[in-house]
Amino acid sequence: MTEQTTTADQAATTAEQQHFDHLISEDSRVEPRDWMPEAYRKSLTRQVSQHAHSEIIGMQPEANWITRAPSLKRKAVLMAKVQDEAGHGLYLYSAAETLGTPRSVLNEQLLSGKAKYSSIFNYPARTWADMGAIGWLVDGAAICNQVPLCRASYGPYGRAMVRICKEESFHQRQGWEILYELSHGTEAQKKMAQDAVNRFYGPALQMFGPPDADSPNSQQSMEWNIKRFSNDELRQRFVDMIVPQAEALGLTLPDPDLKWNEERGHYDYGELDWNEFMSVIKGSGPCNVQRMKRRREAHANGAWVREAAQAYAERQAREAAASSEDAQDQTTVMAGRGSAELIGA
Amino acid sequence: MSENQNGNWPLWEVFVRSSRGLSHVHAGSLHAPDATMAVRNARDLYTRRNEGTSVWVVPADAITASDPDSKGGYFESAQGKSYRHATYYTKSEGVKHL
Amino acid sequence: MSAFASHDSATKQSAGDAITAEEIAETGGKASEAVARYALRLGDDALMLSQRLGWWISRAPELEEDIALGNIALDLIGHARFLLTYAGSAWGKTEDELAYFRNEEEFRSVRLVEQENGDFGQTIARQLLFSFYQFELYTALQSSADQTLAAIADKALKEVEYHQDHAAQWILRLGLGTEESKRRIQEGLYYVWPYLDELFADEPLHDELEGIAVRPSTLREKTMDRVTALLAEAELEVPNVTQARLSAEPRDGSYSEYRGYILAEMQWLARQHPGATW
Repeated sequence: MTEQTTTADQAATTAEQQHFDHLISEDSRVEPRDWMPEAYRKSLTRQVSQHAHSEIIGMQPEANWITRAPSLKRKAVLMAKVQDEAGHGLYLYSAAETLGTPRSVLNEQLLSGKAKYSSIFNYPARTWADMGAIGWLVDGAAICNQVPLCRASYGPYGRAMVRICKEESFHQRQGWEILYELSHGTEAQKKMAQDAVNRFYGPALQMFGPPDADSPNSQQSMEWNIKRFSNDELRQRFVDMIVPQAEALGLTLPDPDLKWNEERGHYDYGELDWNEFMSVIKGSGPCNVQRMKRRREAHANGAWVREAAQAYAERQAREAAASSEDAQDQTTVMAGRGSAELIGA
Repeated sequence: MSENQNGNWPLWEVFVRSSRGLSHVHAGSLHAPDATMAVRNARDLYTRRNEGTSVWVVPADAITASDPDSKGGYFESAQGKSYRHATYYTKSEGVKHL
Repeated sequence: MSAFASHDSATKQSAGDAITAEEIAETGGKASEAVARYALRLGDDALMLSQRLGWWISRAPELEEDIALGNIALDLIGHARFLLTYAGSAWGKTEDELAYFRNEEEFRSVRLVEQENGDFGQTIARQLLFSFYQFELYTALQSSADQTLAAIADKALKEVEYHQDHAAQWILRLGLGTEESKRRIQEGLYYVWPYLDELFADEPLHDELEGIAVRPSTLREKTMDRVTALLAEAELEVPNVTQARLSAEPRDGSYSEYRGYILAEMQWLARQHPGATW
């Protein structure tokens, strides 16, 4: 590389950086083929893929209840919800892939334990009421987190968020409704509902991440518009939302320090157990091992199916190529890899 | 395509027509072994709530894109040609049906 | 919705205008005893298979397939809800009372749908036989003299067409894919094949419901012609196995060992809280 081209490259990079900075400062959107700083790409890839992994691992605690749901309506709703989560995982992988890392690599990072996912899914879903608590509190916290991300600076991420938020509004409502039925049901049902809320309240609040003072990457993410509000701001917003919702359920939130602060215009809430949070992230949650085992098993057990489908596609493409050569007809539309396919009108 | 090894299915871009009379709009992507399965997966993934009346799938690597807008003047030519727009012509203001 | 308003027309949603279980409860009318017994048979098949397929969600060979199998399971539970709701109208019972508070011997499902998921090949083999059978069944049932059954068949058929296509696509890919996939799908076919006869077995009930119910034996040729043609295309053999014995009244007595386990899991919670609403 000559000195001249190095200088030219630097000049180009600077112009590109300026363009990127301009897009961010205008609150515009960065699109896949735009130049972007390596750190932005890396940080986003991590954020979006972690989010995707969370959706996929998050299917498990609820999928475990599909076969046991206590009514056919609830069974159908739960199945649709868990299926949506697979869909949300796919929307997010799709966004992450536009940043240049293929899904197979992202998946490998998950299976090897290198990539993280939301620690809440390492808690067990022990009772039917947990389906309610997960929908109301866990999905509620997720929505709180995600709505601002519909305006994330990275176009494909923001668009995935729009789609996900639209679909998730039903997730939170069905969860709240499960708890509503339970809290207005028999004594045993009511007890079940309260127990679930007791167990999921703390971990749900921790979904927003550590307190701002202990969240070193947040500042950069905020500057890049891939995070719109701080962890504590979002957590506060969530607490303010769920207090009246809990009242409407007739259930209590397990926090003795929870009270309205007239001066701040917000609810005060108690200290969360951040030691527990860190230890669950590091792998010592009640279900870390089983969640990963199930994911790895599904992937390993499916290998022969994925390979078969690929072998079939290659075979079809070969046969189509051979037959089009035979026919010497270049206008024949190729089947398989090269072609697009349409359904409907 | 190196990803297309060991049972890793290729990537497809999905376009959905939400109702008759509208164009197909890019919805996202998915992985599928071939076009037939891609179009089926697209139906399951992108039209679970009646979002579409029609779906296109295209191999992601078959799409050729214009240069990104940070690189020079691909769309520059369309700028500054305000005479292509009706609002450029003001003399006729107040004259009906023009 | 303003929080995430979008101009992206690819995310416009709607609930559609298909029938729901609630509508059948309200407007389906009261089934006669015989029609109810017939609806129960079809509903139990759909329920058992949905229960089986639901297990795959979060365990499928690829995420796209989690969604596909989930879709089929969801369609089937929809059919089960229509049919059990309608059956229940004859006896003053809800869909849930029928699903959760009947004992093993009171269910009327065929053994095929109760068979284990096994690997993906075994599941697809079961899907092949059942969806091809169900396609012919609902096609014929569309002309039932019973308006509610005809309406249910009409709605279900559109969905079963997709189940059938899903099974067919995978039969081709597994049959023509790799040595390993060919071995596995062939094994799966052998596993489910002995339960074919039961799908097509007539009962005295079908005589009673002339013009209303579909006589299962009339579906056999149409179903099997298409199944065997597909297997030939996929270079798979039609299993040469003897059929599992049927009792004198097919669906009234010969149920599988699996049924008890399926119901234990499905009904456990509801039975722990009798009379509760969820």
